[in-house]
Amino acid sequence: MRIDDDNFHHTVRFMPMLAENVMIGEILVAVERLSRRYGETQAVDTVNFTLERGQVLGFLGLNGAGKSTTMRMLAGVLAPDAGRIVVNGADLLDQPRRAKQAVGYLPEQPPLYRELTVDEQLHYSARLHGLDRAASRQAMARVKERCGLTNVGRRLTGNLSKGYRQRVGIAQALLHDPPVLILDEPTVGLDPVQAREIRALIRALGQERGVILSTHLLPEVQATCSHVQIMRAGRLVFAGALAELQQRRQSTCVRIGLNAPPPVADLARLPTITRVEELGGGQFRLHHVADVALAPIVLDQARAGGWELWELTPEQASLEQIFVELTLEQETVA
Amino acid sequence: MIGVIAAREWRGLFLSPLAWTLLAVTQALLAWIFIILINDFQNLQGRLAGLEHAPGVTDLVVAPLFRVAAWALLLLTPLLTMRLLSEERRAGTLDLLLSAPVSATQIVLGKYLGVLIFLLGVVALTALMPLALMTGAALDGGKLLAGLLGLSLLAASFAAAGLYLSSLTAQPLIAATATFGLLLAFWIVDAVGAGQGIASQFFGYLSLPRHHDALLLGLVRSEDVAYYLLFSAAFLGLTIRRLDNLRLRG
Repeated sequence: MRIDDDNFHHTVRFMPMLAENVMIGEILVAVERLSRRYGETQAVDTVNFTLERGQVLGFLGLNGAGKSTTMRMLAGVLAPDAGRIVVNGADLLDQPRRAKQAVGYLPEQPPLYRELTVDEQLHYSARLHGLDRAASRQAMARVKERCGLTNVGRRLTGNLSKGYRQRVGIAQALLHDPPVLILDEPTVGLDPVQAREIRALIRALGQERGVILSTHLLPEVQATCSHVQIMRAGRLVFAGALAELQQRRQSTCVRIGLNAPPPVADLARLPTITRVEELGGGQFRLHHVADVALAPIVLDQARAGGWELWELTPEQASLEQIFVELTLEQETVA
Repeated sequence: MIGVIAAREWRGLFLSPLAWTLLAVTQALLAWIFIILINDFQNLQGRLAGLEHAPGVTDLVVAPLFRVAAWALLLLTPLLTMRLLSEERRAGTLDLLLSAPVSATQIVLGKYLGVLIFLLGVVALTALMPLALMTGAALDGGKLLAGLLGLSLLAASFAAAGLYLSSLTAQPLIAATATFGLLLAFWIVDAVGAGQGIASQFFGYLSLPRHHDALLLGLVRSEDVAYYLLFSAAFLGLTIRRLDNLRLRG
């Protein structure tokens, strides 16, 4: 789908307005058939997705799944082999400056000059993004306040702790007030309190912008993201709202405890059971097909077989299990 | 935007002790040479007085001083340019420039101007020594200006070559070594022969100091100026290409 400027404004005109010039649902980033290889390895393989205003999109995946490569391409730091990236209505290849002006990017390693103070670093970055002196001073005051940097303005970035360097990196991405934020592992190196603050900040920023962040931490996704994309070996294996991912958590296991357990083979022969795990101490985990109430069946069988049932707990698959399933399964899920 | 990058580069040089050290060392060495040259000139002055069309103070003090200054620039420039792009790559700060709404050309020209302004400062400081002679001697202003133009053009060429080699590696020391080697090669390339053959004429044309020598004599020929401008433009063009290539290669 090609997004022409004209069409683009036509479609967003009827979207609900949040504030002046802020429209929820406006498409900020459109990625089509994006591919990139490094020598023999296909790092990113025909990836398609869109990011709308008001979304916080979490990129999940194991190391080397292609998250950082995708984000580097979105930021214009790396050229794609094939595919199209449209940021805020501007094609990244045809109008790189307009597209890049609309993006705030925090790479894996915050790009800071060790010999500059925090203020000098932020000022330089603001000027690079086309802010004049006065606008730069205002922007610096704003982002330093938001990122908790008001007291370290005169310190050299090279002497800051990892957490503070990370915060300067985030502040730097916010300076020119871009509609799109691309944050590569924004909470790495932060202590739990700082991480909570930054997550709250990202949620707030996501209200009126589009945010893409990558992370290894599932709780972080639950805490900050509205949408999730899971990558495996360069391909998107899941893309959708966080709620959709959580729907997959519907219980598909039941843990039971028996005083007089039958052979495992008997348990496995129960209807709808797909797999039986022996947990020891008379406990078993029964995996069954979705959308089936297993408890009554187990109760009946336990009474009939004299198994002396003492525990029957439906277990919810954690997000982590879903994540592991999606990232390790052999065939594509989504 | 070029100005923003150039200003940071220029100020960044003064934030490291390296630039100050290089300034101090070159000034001290040049001052020492300058005193020796003046001393020699004073010893010769008696004999020169009897000659018709005798070489003046500009020929006997300023030109040799500038010749030494050219050598000093050759040694100093690789150390100043080595970090320009290699350090940005190593520290990951290149990402900031590449993701900012600036073109590769702006990045390269900004960095180039930053270091060039510093080098022109070195040339200006060198010029102060002969200018001090104006109080007691008659200087040939034209020759002095031609010599300064020569030094500035040399500095511009050295900086462009250094910038390019700095974009080839993420290790500043490798960039410095390679720059020094390349400049030295262009310095001695005419040593293959002083004959009249096509080859020796070609290598003679390539030689960096040959074009400088003419300027030291006060001859401002467009051929020589064009040589230095082409030399600089070629390396700047290569650097811009290289930066675009880095985005492709990742």
